[in-house]
Amino acid sequence: MPSEALLAPHHLEFPGGYTRSLGPVLSRFLTGLRDGAIVGVRTAEGRVLVPPAEYDPDTGAAVSDDFVTVGPVGTVTTWAWVHEPKRNHPLDHPFAWALIRLDGADTAMLHVVDAGEEAAMSTGARVVPRWRKARVGHINDIEAFVLGDVAEAVPPLPAEVDTSEDVTYMAAPIALDYELSAGTAPSRFLRGMREGRLLGQRCPVCEQVYIPSRGSCPIHGVPTEGEVECGPLGTLTTYCVVNLQFHPAAPPPPYVCAQVLLDGANTPFFGLIDGTGADGERLKPDDIRMGMRVRAVWKDPAEWGLSAENVKYFEPTGEPDADFETYKDYQ
Amino acid sequence: MRDVAVVGFAQSTSARDVDRNEVEMLMPVVSAAMEHSGLTHEDIGFTCSGSNDYLIGGPFSFVSALDAVGAWPPIAESHVEMDGAFALYEAWVKLQLGHIDAALVYSFGKSSMTDLGELTPLALDPYSLLPLWPDHVSLAALQARAYLDAAGRTEADLAEVAARSRTRAVANPHAIVQGETTAAAMLQEDLVVSPLRTGDVPPVTDGAAAVVLAAGDALDRTRTRAAHITGLDHRIEAHQPGARDLARSTSTELAAERAGVGEGAIDVAELHAAFSHEELILRAALGLDDGVDVNPSGGALVSNPWMTTGLIRIGEAANRIFDGGATRVVAHATAGPCLQQNLVCVMEARS
Repeated sequence: MPSEALLAPHHLEFPGGYTRSLGPVLSRFLTGLRDGAIVGVRTAEGRVLVPPAEYDPDTGAAVSDDFVTVGPVGTVTTWAWVHEPKRNHPLDHPFAWALIRLDGADTAMLHVVDAGEEAAMSTGARVVPRWRKARVGHINDIEAFVLGDVAEAVPPLPAEVDTSEDVTYMAAPIALDYELSAGTAPSRFLRGMREGRLLGQRCPVCEQVYIPSRGSCPIHGVPTEGEVECGPLGTLTTYCVVNLQFHPAAPPPPYVCAQVLLDGANTPFFGLIDGTGADGERLKPDDIRMGMRVRAVWKDPAEWGLSAENVKYFEPTGEPDADFETYKDYQ
Repeated sequence: MRDVAVVGFAQSTSARDVDRNEVEMLMPVVSAAMEHSGLTHEDIGFTCSGSNDYLIGGPFSFVSALDAVGAWPPIAESHVEMDGAFALYEAWVKLQLGHIDAALVYSFGKSSMTDLGELTPLALDPYSLLPLWPDHVSLAALQARAYLDAAGRTEADLAEVAARSRTRAVANPHAIVQGETTAAAMLQEDLVVSPLRTGDVPPVTDGAAAVVLAAGDALDRTRTRAAHITGLDHRIEAHQPGARDLARSTSTELAAERAGVGEGAIDVAELHAAFSHEELILRAALGLDDGVDVNPSGGALVSNPWMTTGLIRIGEAANRIFDGGATRVVAHATAGPCLQQNLVCVMEARS
């Protein structure tokens, strides 16, 4: 059965990565990685945590300021084999995840082992880090661990890398891709927009008409019903004047954003107020007032899409203002 | 401790709920749980939900989800960015204070809208774990091998759990995967992340669940055979998987002790074991013997709506009391990588 609901791609990303400050303990760890060493910290009870933490995970007590270089050889305490790497995994060919207890450490750290084939991996295997040349103070400065118990040489950092300062920040790029469903009721609204209709739905309990409806009456928690055509006339219930150019697609400021109570609806509808004033010039903020009667001005039908943006703006109708009592509950 | 009981439960699950948004998915579930309990909107003194904004790809999704419960006149409400089982804990604490007599708990989430394996690393330590993007299946596989190595067990033991879950799920209309099968057949399935095979890994599931809690006078107005909560506790371990003994679940052991699991015979256990080895680790941690009916619903291996699976365990365990099939049950919920945090809930029937 074809889906009733509209689906759309959605991309979520922190461009450049979420920037995080490290604090004194993790700063030592990531500075160590940049410089080609794995650094842990000793707890008050003498255990060495790798990766280091500010607190002993067993007791909550603050760790000492005794930082310890461990490894570089370590032992695999457990592992898992990835047959088909995902796009954001550290390696693009089959590899092992492993918890690795570096010599001199009491806890294990997570990393990958570039072992070639699954049969080469075993619990207890000895591994050493394979370092990147361009290290920045990041867990991925270790490209991967490899099987063996002889340390590989740490390639010298490129000359342009300044090592006079500790690493105090790191960036973690994050991006997710979705395919989101609008749901049945919002899809009905959006399809109405494509036909030049403003469609709401009614609560069967209180008979309030919501536009757009998300599918429920938020007062009664029951499904909204039917198709109720609202507008295109309405009453401006409240507004604000925008004096900054927030977005390239927005009209030239100053412009007016408003809540419009469409005739037949019980929830205000968001829109811009624009058009031509009594003087024949572009409508000015001073021409606009609460209670003003307005009508939807649509884009050219050839441009209609599945979007509330099909309504370019609302313009004054010239009718007498609505009585305050008719819209006082909808601001 | 005040007597608080689970008195209503409903759930909705599917492999991919394309036609409904979160509010549309949740609304009938809330209505059904309320109807099941016999209580009304006016009885509810506190509403608490569990969900995760990354599932929906936008902030504060729990605010708009309130459209599903009818939040007018304004209600007392709270939310946890966790499984709904932990929201139930908050509601239970609120009921312990004695000012209200009934609470509504719900959770919801669609795991099918993005790649869960890319989403789950976002819950990890952002310095040493997240940048490697270890997905939840990979981390589970690390724990699986740690357990098998330490317990002297094999992948065949995992296959036993997988086969039993699918076979039991035949009677569960909410199961996403089900069907009578054998351990031998499950051992033939493809490896996802070794040592875990397809049958050891839960299906992607969209879903919602709601539970109604009652105490005091409200208990007299309910229509179910109440599942009285006699013990409820949750404990958390270190976040770094490498700082823990992955072969056991010490936080579950402690929560079970504090919830009094061992103070009487357990008829049924519903465990939030989304991977086969987790059931084996949890059975040991909870001290469940072979006489306990574990995951009669098929458990999380057959239906795993993120943020809702734990709450469903409480509901499914309560169902066994509602239907008269059990008198003392335990439900378990988990959060975090490799069973980091664990909640244990003991419920009993009163004659």
